[in-house]
Amino acid sequence: MRATCWYGKKDIRSVTTTDPKILNPRDAVIKVTLSAICGSDLHLYNAKIPSLQKGDILGHEFMGEVVELGTENKALQIGDKVVIPFHISCGNCSFCKRQLFSLCDNSNPNAQASEVMYGHGNAAAFGYTHLYGGYAGGQAEYVRVPFADTGALKIPQGIPDEKVLFLSDIFPTGFMAADNLGIKPGDTVAVWGCGPVGQFAVRSAFLLGAEQVIAIDNVPERLAMAKAGGAIPLNHDNVDVQDALKELTGGRGPDGCIDAVGMEGHGDGILGAYDAVKQAIKLEMDRPFALRQAIQACASGGTVSVPGVYGGFIDKFPFGAIFAKALTIKAGQTHVHKYMKRLLQLVLDGKIDPSFVISHRVNLSDAPDAYRQFNDKEAEWIKVVMRPN
Amino acid sequence: MPQNPMNSDKPVLQESKKEHVPGVRPLDKEGRPKDAPLLGGIRIEESITIGKPADELYQFWRDFRNLPLFCKYLRDVTVVDEKRSQWTAWGPGDKLLSWDATLITDIPNELISWRTFEESDFVNAGSIRFQKAPADRGTEVHMSFAYNPPAGPLGSLIAKITAKDPAFLVHEQLRRFKQLMENGEISTTEGQPVLIEK
Repeated sequence: MRATCWYGKKDIRSVTTTDPKILNPRDAVIKVTLSAICGSDLHLYNAKIPSLQKGDILGHEFMGEVVELGTENKALQIGDKVVIPFHISCGNCSFCKRQLFSLCDNSNPNAQASEVMYGHGNAAAFGYTHLYGGYAGGQAEYVRVPFADTGALKIPQGIPDEKVLFLSDIFPTGFMAADNLGIKPGDTVAVWGCGPVGQFAVRSAFLLGAEQVIAIDNVPERLAMAKAGGAIPLNHDNVDVQDALKELTGGRGPDGCIDAVGMEGHGDGILGAYDAVKQAIKLEMDRPFALRQAIQACASGGTVSVPGVYGGFIDKFPFGAIFAKALTIKAGQTHVHKYMKRLLQLVLDGKIDPSFVISHRVNLSDAPDAYRQFNDKEAEWIKVVMRPN
Repeated sequence: MPQNPMNSDKPVLQESKKEHVPGVRPLDKEGRPKDAPLLGGIRIEESITIGKPADELYQFWRDFRNLPLFCKYLRDVTVVDEKRSQWTAWGPGDKLLSWDATLITDIPNELISWRTFEESDFVNAGSIRFQKAPADRGTEVHMSFAYNPPAGPLGSLIAKITAKDPAFLVHEQLRRFKQLMENGEISTTEGQPVLIEK
Protein backbone atom coordinates (compact mmCIF):
# COMPACT_ATOMS: atom_id res chain seq x y z
CA MET A 1 0.00 0.00 0.00
CA ARG A 2 0.96 3.67 -0.20
CA ALA A 3 2.11 5.13 3.14
CA THR A 4 3.77 8.24 4.54
CA CYS A 5 7.05 7.21 6.16
CA TRP A 6 9.64 8.97 8.29
CA TYR A 7 13.17 8.65 6.97
CA GLY A 8 14.95 11.24 9.09
CA LYS A 9 14.89 14.88 10.08
CA LYS A 10 12.92 16.82 7.44
CA ASP A 11 12.81 13.68 5.30
CA ILE A 12 9.28 12.32 4.86
CA ARG A 13 8.58 10.03 1.90
CA SER A 14 5.52 8.55 0.28
CA VAL A 15 6.47 4.95 -0.34
CA THR A 16 5.15 1.41 -0.69
CA THR A 17 4.80 -0.82 2.37
CA THR A 18 3.24 -4.18 3.08
CA ASP A 19 -0.48 -4.09 3.90
CA PRO A 20 -1.70 -4.26 7.48
CA LYS A 21 -3.48 -7.35 8.76
CA ILE A 22 -5.39 -8.41 11.85
CA LEU A 23 -2.90 -9.24 14.62
CA ASN A 24 -5.14 -9.48 17.68
CA PRO A 25 -8.75 -10.59 18.23
CA ARG A 26 -10.19 -7.13 18.92
CA ASP A 27 -8.45 -5.46 15.94
CA ALA A 28 -9.98 -3.96 12.85
CA VAL A 29 -8.33 -2.96 9.59
CA ILE A 30 -9.74 0.16 8.01
CA LYS A 31 -9.42 1.63 4.54
CA VAL A 32 -8.54 5.26 5.13
CA THR A 33 -10.86 7.79 3.47
CA LEU A 34 -9.32 10.93 5.01
CA SER A 35 -6.30 11.73 7.17
CA ALA A 36 -4.61 14.89 8.39
CA ILE A 37 -1.20 16.20 9.37
CA CYS A 38 -1.19 17.40 12.96
CA GLY A 39 0.92 20.25 14.31
CA SER A 40 2.46 17.68 16.63
CA ASP A 41 3.60 15.72 13.53
CA LEU A 42 5.93 18.65 12.89
CA HIS A 43 7.76 17.71 16.11
CA LEU A 44 8.49 14.41 14.34
CA TYR A 45 9.32 16.11 11.03
CA ASN A 46 11.86 18.23 12.90
CA ALA A 47 13.07 15.22 14.92
CA LYS A 48 12.29 16.94 18.24
CA ILE A 49 11.00 13.72 19.78
CA PRO A 50 13.32 10.72 19.97
CA SER A 51 12.72 7.08 19.11
CA LEU A 52 11.53 7.26 15.50
CA GLN A 53 12.93 4.69 13.10
CA LYS A 54 13.38 4.83 9.36
CA GLY A 55 10.22 3.54 7.72
CA ASP A 56 7.83 4.35 10.56
CA ILE A 57 4.40 5.20 9.14
CA LEU A 58 3.17 8.55 10.49
CA GLY A 59 -0.30 9.91 11.11
CA HIS A 60 -2.66 9.85 14.08
CA GLU A 61 -5.66 11.75 12.68
CA PHE A 62 -7.57 9.52 10.32
CA MET A 63 -10.89 7.90 9.54
CA GLY A 64 -12.14 5.30 7.14
CA GLU A 65 -14.20 2.23 6.41
CA VAL A 66 -13.90 -1.10 8.21
CA VAL A 67 -12.63 -3.76 5.80
CA GLU A 68 -11.50 -6.52 8.15
CA LEU A 69 -12.35 -7.53 11.73
CA GLY A 70 -10.71 -9.65 14.41
CA THR A 71 -12.60 -12.65 15.75
CA GLU A 72 -13.51 -10.96 19.05
CA ASN A 73 -14.54 -7.60 17.67
CA LYS A 74 -18.31 -7.63 18.14
CA ALA A 75 -18.79 -3.86 18.13
CA LEU A 76 -18.15 -3.18 14.45
CA GLN A 77 -19.22 -4.52 11.09
CA ILE A 78 -17.50 -4.58 7.72
CA GLY A 79 -18.40 -1.37 5.91
CA ASP A 80 -18.88 0.79 9.03
CA LYS A 81 -17.61 4.34 8.65
CA VAL A 82 -15.44 5.11 11.67
CA VAL A 83 -13.27 7.84 13.18
CA ILE A 84 -10.29 6.55 15.18
CA PRO A 85 -8.93 8.29 18.33
CA PHE A 86 -5.25 9.18 18.04
CA HIS A 87 -4.32 7.22 21.15
CA ILE A 88 -4.95 3.52 21.62
CA SER A 89 -6.86 2.45 24.72
CA CYS A 90 -7.89 -1.01 25.88
CA GLY A 91 -11.09 -0.02 27.66
CA ASN A 92 -10.50 -2.46 30.51
CA CYS A 93 -7.61 -1.17 32.64
CA SER A 94 -8.16 0.96 35.73
CA PHE A 95 -7.48 4.19 33.82
CA CYS A 96 -9.82 3.40 30.92
CA LYS A 97 -12.52 2.43 33.42
CA ARG A 98 -12.17 5.90 34.97
CA GLN A 99 -12.40 7.51 31.50
CA LEU A 100 -8.72 8.47 31.64
CA PHE A 101 -8.23 6.81 28.28
CA SER A 102 -4.97 8.47 27.30
CA LEU A 103 -3.35 6.91 30.38
CA CYS A 104 -4.22 3.36 29.29
CA ASP A 105 -1.95 0.89 31.01
CA ASN A 106 -2.13 -1.86 28.42
CA SER A 107 -1.90 -0.53 24.87
CA ASN A 108 1.77 0.42 24.77
CA PRO A 109 4.19 -2.47 24.31
CA ASN A 110 7.05 -0.04 25.07
CA ALA A 111 5.45 1.58 28.10
CA GLN A 112 8.51 0.84 30.18
CA ALA A 113 10.50 3.45 28.28
CA SER A 114 8.14 6.23 29.35
CA GLU A 115 7.93 4.67 32.81
CA VAL A 116 11.65 5.33 33.14
CA MET A 117 11.20 8.93 31.96
CA TYR A 118 8.02 9.87 33.79
CA GLY A 119 7.48 7.37 36.59
CA HIS A 120 4.60 5.56 34.89
CA GLY A 121 4.01 4.38 31.35
CA ASN A 122 1.63 6.05 28.92
CA ALA A 123 -0.86 4.84 26.34
CA ALA A 124 0.19 4.08 22.80
CA ALA A 125 -0.65 6.34 19.87
CA PHE A 126 -0.74 5.79 16.13
CA GLY A 127 2.32 6.85 14.18
CA TYR A 128 3.97 8.71 17.01
CA THR A 129 7.39 7.22 17.85
CA HIS A 130 8.35 4.04 19.62
CA LEU A 131 7.95 5.70 23.01
CA TYR A 132 4.25 5.67 22.14
CA GLY A 133 4.35 2.04 21.09
CA GLY A 134 5.60 2.20 17.51
CA TYR A 135 2.17 1.53 15.96
CA ALA A 136 1.91 2.20 12.22
CA GLY A 137 -0.04 5.41 11.60
CA GLY A 138 -2.92 6.53 9.44
CA GLN A 139 -1.32 8.63 6.70
CA ALA A 140 -1.64 5.53 4.58
CA GLU A 141 -4.19 3.64 2.52
CA TYR A 142 -4.95 1.11 5.26
CA VAL A 143 -4.43 0.96 9.03
CA ARG A 144 -4.67 -1.75 11.62
CA VAL A 145 -6.62 -0.46 14.63
CA PRO A 146 -6.03 -2.33 17.91
CA PHE A 147 -8.91 -2.45 20.43
CA ALA A 148 -11.16 -1.14 17.67
CA ASP A 149 -14.19 -2.33 19.66
CA THR A 150 -13.38 0.38 22.21
CA GLY A 151 -11.85 3.12 20.11
CA ALA A 152 -13.64 3.39 16.80
CA LEU A 153 -16.50 5.90 16.69
CA LYS A 154 -19.22 4.90 14.22
CA ILE A 155 -20.35 7.74 11.98
CA PRO A 156 -23.88 7.81 10.54
CA GLN A 157 -24.09 7.55 6.76
CA GLY A 158 -24.22 10.76 4.79
CA ILE A 159 -21.97 12.94 6.97
CA PRO A 160 -19.04 14.40 5.01
CA ASP A 161 -15.65 13.13 6.25
CA GLU A 162 -14.33 16.65 6.72
CA LYS A 163 -16.98 17.40 9.35
CA VAL A 164 -15.99 14.48 11.59
CA LEU A 165 -12.31 13.73 10.94
CA PHE A 166 -11.14 16.06 13.71
CA LEU A 167 -13.04 14.08 16.35
CA SER A 168 -9.89 11.94 16.25
CA ASP A 169 -7.71 14.52 18.00
CA ILE A 170 -7.81 18.30 17.70
CA PHE A 171 -11.50 18.93 18.41
CA PRO A 172 -11.56 16.82 21.59
CA THR A 173 -8.15 18.25 22.51
CA GLY A 174 -9.41 21.83 22.29
CA PHE A 175 -12.64 20.81 24.01
CA MET A 176 -10.94 19.03 26.91
CA ALA A 177 -8.61 22.02 27.34
CA ALA A 178 -11.68 24.20 27.85
CA ASP A 179 -13.57 21.56 29.86
CA ASN A 180 -10.59 21.36 32.26
CA LEU A 181 -11.19 25.01 33.18
CA GLY A 182 -14.56 24.29 34.78
CA ILE A 183 -16.00 27.36 33.05
CA LYS A 184 -18.61 29.28 35.05
CA PRO A 185 -20.99 32.03 33.87
CA GLY A 186 -19.13 35.29 33.33
CA ASP A 187 -15.72 33.64 32.93
CA THR A 188 -13.06 34.99 30.63
CA VAL A 189 -10.85 32.40 28.91
CA ALA A 190 -7.49 33.27 27.32
CA VAL A 191 -5.99 30.92 24.73
CA TRP A 192 -2.30 31.05 23.85
CA GLY A 193 -1.66 29.68 20.37
CA CYS A 194 -4.15 29.85 17.50
CA GLY A 195 -3.19 26.68 15.72
CA PRO A 196 -5.97 24.15 15.17
CA VAL A 197 -6.11 23.10 18.85
CA GLY A 198 -6.30 26.74 19.91
CA GLN A 199 -9.07 27.32 17.36
CA PHE A 200 -11.10 24.46 18.80
CA ALA A 201 -10.34 25.65 22.33
CA VAL A 202 -11.79 29.07 21.47
CA ARG A 203 -15.00 27.60 20.10
CA SER A 204 -15.26 24.99 22.86
CA ALA A 205 -14.90 27.64 25.56
CA PHE A 206 -17.95 29.40 24.09
CA LEU A 207 -19.84 26.10 23.78
CA LEU A 208 -19.12 25.54 27.50
CA GLY A 209 -20.47 28.94 28.47
CA ALA A 210 -17.54 31.37 28.55
CA GLU A 211 -18.51 35.04 28.55
CA GLN A 212 -15.41 36.20 26.71
CA VAL A 213 -12.55 34.42 24.94
CA ILE A 214 -9.23 36.09 24.13
CA ALA A 215 -6.92 34.50 21.55
CA ILE A 216 -3.18 35.20 21.55
CA ASP A 217 -0.81 34.58 18.63
CA ASN A 218 1.32 36.58 16.21
CA VAL A 219 0.13 35.13 12.88
CA PRO A 220 -2.58 37.44 11.49
CA GLU A 221 -4.33 34.66 9.52
CA ARG A 222 -4.68 32.52 12.63
CA LEU A 223 -5.86 35.45 14.72
CA ALA A 224 -8.46 36.23 12.06
CA MET A 225 -9.74 32.66 12.23
CA ALA A 226 -10.02 32.91 16.04
CA LYS A 227 -11.85 36.22 15.66
CA ALA A 228 -14.29 34.55 13.27
CA GLY A 229 -14.94 32.08 16.09
CA GLY A 230 -15.91 34.94 18.40
CA ALA A 231 -12.60 35.57 20.18
CA ILE A 232 -10.90 38.89 20.83
CA PRO A 233 -7.55 38.60 19.00
CA LEU A 234 -4.31 39.75 20.64
CA ASN A 235 -1.14 39.91 18.57
CA HIS A 236 1.69 39.49 21.04
CA ASP A 237 4.07 41.25 18.65
CA ASN A 238 2.01 44.42 18.92
CA VAL A 239 0.69 44.55 22.48
CA ASP A 240 1.89 43.76 25.97
CA VAL A 241 -0.14 40.63 26.64
CA GLN A 242 -0.25 41.02 30.43
CA ASP A 243 -1.47 44.62 30.19
CA ALA A 244 -4.03 43.81 27.52
CA LEU A 245 -5.47 40.88 29.48
CA LYS A 246 -5.79 43.06 32.60
CA GLU A 247 -7.51 45.75 30.57
CA LEU A 248 -9.96 43.28 28.99
CA THR A 249 -10.92 41.82 32.38
CA GLY A 250 -11.24 44.92 34.53
CA GLY A 251 -7.95 44.10 36.24
CA ARG A 252 -9.00 40.57 37.29
CA GLY A 253 -7.09 38.54 34.71
CA PRO A 254 -8.58 35.60 32.79
CA ASP A 255 -10.31 33.01 34.99
CA GLY A 256 -9.06 30.23 32.74
CA CYS A 257 -5.88 30.14 30.65
CA ILE A 258 -5.08 27.60 27.95
CA ASP A 259 -1.54 26.94 26.69
CA ALA A 260 -2.17 25.53 23.22
CA VAL A 261 1.41 26.20 22.19
CA GLY A 262 3.49 23.66 24.04
CA MET A 263 7.16 23.03 23.84
CA GLU A 264 8.12 25.06 20.80
CA GLY A 265 6.82 28.48 21.79
CA HIS A 266 8.44 31.46 20.11
CA GLY A 267 9.21 33.61 23.13
CA ASP A 268 10.64 37.05 22.84
CA GLY A 269 12.52 39.06 25.42
CA ILE A 270 15.15 37.83 27.82
CA LEU A 271 13.47 34.59 28.87
CA GLY A 272 12.78 33.67 25.24
CA ALA A 273 16.45 34.05 24.36
CA TYR A 274 17.41 32.17 27.50
CA ASP A 275 15.16 29.24 26.50
CA ALA A 276 16.46 29.19 22.94
CA VAL A 277 20.06 28.98 24.11
CA LYS A 278 19.32 26.36 26.77
CA GLN A 279 17.34 24.27 24.30
CA ALA A 280 20.06 24.58 21.66
CA ILE A 281 22.67 23.27 24.07
CA LYS A 282 20.17 20.64 25.29
CA LEU A 283 20.05 21.75 28.93
CA GLU A 284 16.35 22.41 28.61
CA MET A 285 14.12 20.26 26.42
CA ASP A 286 11.09 22.50 26.15
CA ARG A 287 10.55 26.24 25.73
CA PRO A 288 7.66 27.12 28.02
CA PHE A 289 7.09 30.70 26.91
CA ALA A 290 3.30 30.55 26.65
CA LEU A 291 2.98 28.56 29.85
CA ARG A 292 4.91 31.14 31.87
CA GLN A 293 2.78 33.92 30.45
CA ALA A 294 -0.44 32.04 31.15
CA ILE A 295 0.51 31.43 34.77
CA GLN A 296 1.47 35.07 35.22
CA ALA A 297 -1.77 36.30 33.67
CA CYS A 298 -4.22 33.92 35.30
CA ALA A 299 -6.67 35.35 37.84
CA SER A 300 -6.31 34.31 41.47
CA GLY A 301 -8.07 31.02 42.08
CA GLY A 302 -8.10 30.33 38.34
CA THR A 303 -7.08 27.34 36.26
CA VAL A 304 -4.31 26.90 33.72
CA SER A 305 -5.03 24.12 31.23
CA VAL A 306 -2.21 22.72 29.10
CA PRO A 307 -3.12 20.79 25.93
CA GLY A 308 0.20 21.88 24.37
CA VAL A 309 2.73 19.08 24.37
CA TYR A 310 5.73 19.09 26.72
CA GLY A 311 8.27 16.31 26.77
CA GLY A 312 10.93 17.09 29.29
CA PHE A 313 12.35 19.75 31.56
CA ILE A 314 11.67 23.46 31.72
CA ASP A 315 13.44 26.27 33.54
CA LYS A 316 12.32 29.45 35.23
CA PHE A 317 8.95 27.93 35.99
CA PRO A 318 6.99 30.52 38.02
CA PHE A 319 5.81 28.21 40.74
CA GLY A 320 5.62 31.16 43.14
CA ALA A 321 2.75 32.59 41.08
CA ILE A 322 0.92 29.25 41.15
CA PHE A 323 1.25 29.19 44.92
CA ALA A 324 0.50 32.87 45.53
CA LYS A 325 -2.66 32.79 43.39
CA ALA A 326 -3.73 29.26 44.36
CA LEU A 327 -3.93 28.22 40.73
CA THR A 328 -5.01 24.83 39.48
CA ILE A 329 -2.92 23.30 36.69
CA LYS A 330 -4.53 20.73 34.39
CA ALA A 331 -2.54 18.93 31.72
CA GLY A 332 -2.23 15.73 29.77
CA GLN A 333 -2.99 14.01 26.54
CA THR A 334 -6.65 14.15 25.59
CA HIS A 335 -9.02 11.40 26.66
CA VAL A 336 -10.48 11.31 23.17
CA HIS A 337 -12.77 8.32 23.77
CA LYS A 338 -14.47 10.22 26.60
CA TYR A 339 -15.47 13.17 24.40
CA MET A 340 -16.07 11.72 20.92
CA LYS A 341 -19.77 10.87 21.17
CA ARG A 342 -20.68 14.14 22.84
CA LEU A 343 -18.78 16.12 20.20
CA LEU A 344 -20.22 14.09 17.32
CA GLN A 345 -23.64 15.07 18.62
CA LEU A 346 -22.64 18.76 18.56
CA VAL A 347 -21.63 18.30 14.92
CA LEU A 348 -24.86 16.47 14.05
CA ASP A 349 -26.88 19.18 15.81
CA GLY A 350 -25.14 21.83 13.72
CA LYS A 351 -23.59 23.55 16.76
CA ILE A 352 -20.15 23.41 15.14
CA ASP A 353 -18.67 22.44 11.77
CA PRO A 354 -15.07 21.44 12.47
CA SER A 355 -14.10 21.68 8.80
CA PHE A 356 -13.67 25.46 9.24
CA VAL A 357 -10.06 24.81 10.23
CA ILE A 358 -9.03 23.14 6.94
CA SER A 359 -6.79 25.34 4.82
CA HIS A 360 -5.40 22.78 2.35
CA ARG A 361 -6.53 19.55 0.70
CA VAL A 362 -3.95 17.31 -0.98
CA ASN A 363 -3.49 13.75 -2.18
CA LEU A 364 -1.88 11.21 0.12
CA SER A 365 1.11 10.83 -2.19
CA ASP A 366 1.77 14.57 -1.85
CA ALA A 367 2.46 14.18 1.87
CA PRO A 368 6.21 14.98 1.66
CA ASP A 369 5.50 18.34 0.05
CA ALA A 370 2.60 19.01 2.42
CA TYR A 371 4.84 18.41 5.45
CA ARG A 372 7.43 20.82 4.09
CA GLN A 373 4.92 23.56 3.36
CA PHE A 374 3.01 23.06 6.62
CA ASN A 375 6.30 23.42 8.47
CA ASP A 376 7.57 26.42 6.54
CA LYS A 377 4.42 28.47 5.90
CA GLU A 378 2.51 28.70 9.14
CA ALA A 379 0.55 31.73 7.95
CA GLU A 380 -1.28 30.02 5.10
CA TRP A 381 -1.01 26.35 6.09
CA ILE A 382 -3.24 25.98 9.14
CA LYS A 383 -4.60 22.49 8.61
CA VAL A 384 -4.04 20.05 5.78
CA VAL A 385 -6.13 16.97 5.05
CA MET A 386 -5.11 14.16 2.70
CA ARG A 387 -7.25 11.91 0.54
CA PRO A 388 -6.06 8.63 -0.89
CA ASN A 389 -5.09 9.12 -4.55
CA MET B 1 15.89 -3.84 41.44
CA PRO B 2 18.37 -6.71 41.27
CA GLN B 3 20.24 -7.31 44.49
CA ASN B 4 23.05 -9.63 45.21
CA PRO B 5 21.83 -11.70 48.13
CA MET B 6 25.44 -12.28 49.16
CA ASN B 7 25.66 -8.59 50.01
CA SER B 8 22.81 -8.82 52.46
CA ASP B 9 22.95 -9.72 56.13
CA LYS B 10 19.70 -11.58 55.78
CA PRO B 11 19.91 -15.32 55.31
CA VAL B 12 19.54 -16.19 51.66
CA LEU B 13 17.30 -19.11 52.33
CA GLN B 14 14.47 -18.95 54.80
CA GLU B 15 12.31 -21.99 55.33
CA SER B 16 9.24 -20.25 56.70
CA LYS B 17 6.11 -21.28 54.85
CA LYS B 18 5.21 -17.70 54.00
CA GLU B 19 8.65 -16.93 52.66
CA HIS B 20 8.13 -16.15 49.02
CA VAL B 21 11.75 -15.73 47.99
CA PRO B 22 13.24 -19.15 48.41
CA GLY B 23 16.70 -18.01 47.40
CA VAL B 24 18.91 -19.22 44.65
CA ARG B 25 20.18 -22.44 46.06
CA PRO B 26 19.71 -25.46 43.82
CA LEU B 27 18.09 -28.59 45.15
CA ASP B 28 19.67 -32.00 45.02
CA LYS B 29 17.95 -34.91 43.29
CA GLU B 30 15.79 -35.59 46.32
CA GLY B 31 14.56 -32.03 46.39
CA ARG B 32 16.61 -30.93 49.41
CA PRO B 33 18.38 -27.59 49.34
CA LYS B 34 22.10 -28.03 48.89
CA ASP B 35 24.36 -26.58 51.53
CA ALA B 36 27.00 -25.35 49.14
CA PRO B 37 27.45 -21.60 49.46
CA LEU B 38 26.25 -19.41 46.65
CA LEU B 39 28.84 -18.03 44.30
CA GLY B 40 26.62 -15.15 43.41
CA GLY B 41 23.07 -14.52 42.48
CA ILE B 42 20.70 -11.96 41.18
CA ARG B 43 17.38 -11.29 42.79
CA ILE B 44 14.59 -9.26 41.26
CA GLU B 45 11.42 -8.00 42.87
CA GLU B 46 8.74 -6.48 40.68
CA SER B 47 5.07 -5.79 41.19
CA ILE B 48 2.03 -4.76 39.18
CA THR B 49 -1.66 -4.26 39.91
CA ILE B 50 -4.13 -6.19 37.78
CA GLY B 51 -7.85 -5.47 37.68
CA LYS B 52 -8.95 -9.05 38.27
CA PRO B 53 -9.67 -11.05 41.45
CA ALA B 54 -6.79 -12.95 43.03
CA ASP B 55 -8.35 -16.38 42.53
CA GLU B 56 -8.59 -15.87 38.78
CA LEU B 57 -4.95 -14.79 38.53
CA TYR B 58 -3.80 -17.56 40.84
CA GLN B 59 -5.61 -20.25 38.89
CA PHE B 60 -4.15 -19.09 35.61
CA TRP B 61 -0.62 -18.99 36.99
CA ARG B 62 -0.93 -22.23 38.97
CA ASP B 63 -1.15 -24.15 35.70
CA PHE B 64 2.43 -23.51 34.62
CA ARG B 65 1.56 -24.61 31.08
CA ASN B 66 -0.15 -21.20 30.70
CA LEU B 67 2.98 -19.18 31.35
CA PRO B 68 4.38 -19.31 27.78
CA LEU B 69 1.14 -17.60 26.66
CA PHE B 70 2.54 -14.31 27.94
CA CYS B 71 6.18 -14.91 28.89
CA LYS B 72 7.93 -14.37 25.60
CA TYR B 73 11.11 -16.17 26.64
CA LEU B 74 9.39 -19.45 27.52
CA ARG B 75 8.88 -22.01 24.75
CA ASP B 76 6.88 -24.47 26.80
CA VAL B 77 6.28 -25.89 30.24
CA THR B 78 5.35 -29.52 30.83
CA VAL B 79 3.74 -30.55 34.09
CA VAL B 80 5.21 -33.92 35.19
CA ASP B 81 3.34 -34.42 38.42
CA GLU B 82 1.77 -32.41 41.21
CA LYS B 83 5.08 -30.81 42.12
CA ARG B 84 7.49 -31.23 39.26
CA SER B 85 7.53 -29.40 35.94
CA GLN B 86 9.90 -29.18 32.96
CA TRP B 87 10.63 -25.77 31.46
CA THR B 88 12.14 -24.84 28.09
CA ALA B 89 13.12 -21.28 27.21
CA TRP B 90 14.46 -19.52 24.12
CA GLY B 91 18.03 -18.39 24.29
CA PRO B 92 19.93 -16.31 21.75
CA GLY B 93 20.65 -17.94 18.40
CA ASP B 94 17.82 -20.49 18.69
CA LYS B 95 19.63 -22.12 21.60
CA LEU B 96 17.17 -23.74 23.98
CA LEU B 97 17.64 -23.76 27.74
CA SER B 98 15.83 -26.28 29.87
CA TRP B 99 15.38 -26.99 33.52
CA ASP B 100 13.20 -28.90 35.92
CA ALA B 101 11.48 -27.11 38.74
CA THR B 102 9.56 -28.16 41.78
CA LEU B 103 6.72 -26.44 43.53
CA ILE B 104 7.85 -25.24 46.95
CA THR B 105 4.83 -23.39 48.25
CA ASP B 106 1.25 -23.41 47.09
CA ILE B 107 -1.25 -21.37 49.08
CA PRO B 108 -4.39 -21.17 46.96
CA ASN B 109 -5.23 -17.65 45.72
CA GLU B 110 -2.23 -16.26 47.57
CA LEU B 111 1.21 -17.63 46.86
CA ILE B 112 3.08 -19.95 44.51
CA SER B 113 6.82 -20.53 44.67
CA TRP B 114 9.16 -22.85 42.79
CA ARG B 115 12.81 -23.71 42.53
CA THR B 116 14.96 -25.57 40.03
CA PHE B 117 17.00 -28.71 40.52
CA GLU B 118 20.74 -29.01 40.60
CA GLU B 119 21.25 -30.20 37.03
CA SER B 120 19.41 -27.24 35.47
CA ASP B 121 20.75 -25.18 32.58
CA PHE B 122 19.44 -22.18 34.45
CA VAL B 123 19.37 -22.36 38.23
CA ASN B 124 16.53 -20.19 39.40
CA ALA B 125 13.84 -19.75 41.99
CA GLY B 126 10.79 -17.60 42.06
CA SER B 127 7.54 -16.81 43.67
CA ILE B 128 4.41 -14.94 42.86
CA ARG B 129 2.15 -13.51 45.53
CA PHE B 130 -1.39 -12.28 44.98
CA GLN B 131 -2.72 -9.71 47.39
CA LYS B 132 -6.03 -7.91 47.22
CA ALA B 133 -5.59 -4.26 46.28
CA PRO B 134 -7.62 -1.55 48.07
CA ALA B 135 -11.27 -0.97 47.12
CA ASP B 136 -11.96 -1.95 43.49
CA ARG B 137 -8.35 -1.87 42.33
CA GLY B 138 -8.07 -5.59 41.75
CA THR B 139 -5.03 -7.56 42.85
CA GLU B 140 -1.44 -6.62 43.59
CA VAL B 141 0.88 -9.16 42.03
CA HIS B 142 4.32 -9.35 43.63
CA MET B 143 6.89 -11.38 41.78
CA SER B 144 10.28 -12.43 43.09
CA PHE B 145 12.74 -14.09 40.81
CA ALA B 146 16.29 -15.11 41.57
CA TYR B 147 18.88 -16.88 39.51
CA ASN B 148 22.50 -17.86 39.52
CA PRO B 149 24.30 -16.89 36.37
CA PRO B 150 26.18 -20.08 35.56
CA ALA B 151 29.82 -20.09 34.46
CA GLY B 152 31.02 -21.03 30.97
CA PRO B 153 29.52 -20.47 27.52
CA LEU B 154 26.00 -21.08 28.76
CA GLY B 155 26.53 -18.43 31.40
CA SER B 156 27.48 -15.91 28.79
CA LEU B 157 24.39 -16.84 26.78
CA ILE B 158 22.18 -16.16 29.78
CA ALA B 159 24.10 -13.00 30.48
CA LYS B 160 23.26 -11.95 26.91
CA ILE B 161 19.56 -12.60 27.43
CA THR B 162 19.45 -10.70 30.66
CA ALA B 163 21.95 -8.00 29.71
CA LYS B 164 19.14 -5.54 29.09
CA ASP B 165 18.47 -5.36 32.81
CA PRO B 166 16.87 -8.40 34.39
CA ALA B 167 14.35 -6.33 36.35
CA PHE B 168 13.18 -4.80 33.07
CA LEU B 169 12.66 -8.25 31.57
CA VAL B 170 10.69 -9.50 34.57
CA HIS B 171 8.54 -6.38 34.65
CA GLU B 172 7.87 -6.71 30.92
CA GLN B 173 6.49 -10.22 31.48
CA LEU B 174 4.28 -8.94 34.31
CA ARG B 175 2.92 -6.25 31.99
CA ARG B 176 2.12 -8.89 29.40
CA PHE B 177 0.43 -11.02 32.08
CA LYS B 178 -1.72 -8.00 33.03
CA GLN B 179 -2.61 -7.36 29.37
CA LEU B 180 -3.64 -10.97 28.84
CA MET B 181 -5.73 -11.08 32.03
CA GLU B 182 -7.44 -7.71 31.52
CA ASN B 183 -7.90 -7.81 27.73
CA GLY B 184 -7.57 -11.40 26.61
CA GLU B 185 -4.80 -10.33 24.24
CA ILE B 186 -1.27 -8.95 24.39
CA SER B 187 -0.60 -5.60 22.77
CA THR B 188 1.81 -5.92 19.89
CA THR B 189 3.05 -4.37 16.69
CA GLU B 190 4.76 -7.50 15.42
CA GLY B 191 3.47 -8.17 11.92
CA GLN B 192 2.38 -4.63 11.10
CA PRO B 193 3.30 -3.00 7.75
CA VAL B 194 6.95 -2.57 6.87
CA LEU B 195 8.76 -0.85 4.03
CA ILE B 196 9.13 -2.73 0.79
CA GLU B 197 12.71 -1.92 -0.14
CA LYS B 198 13.30 -1.48 -3.83
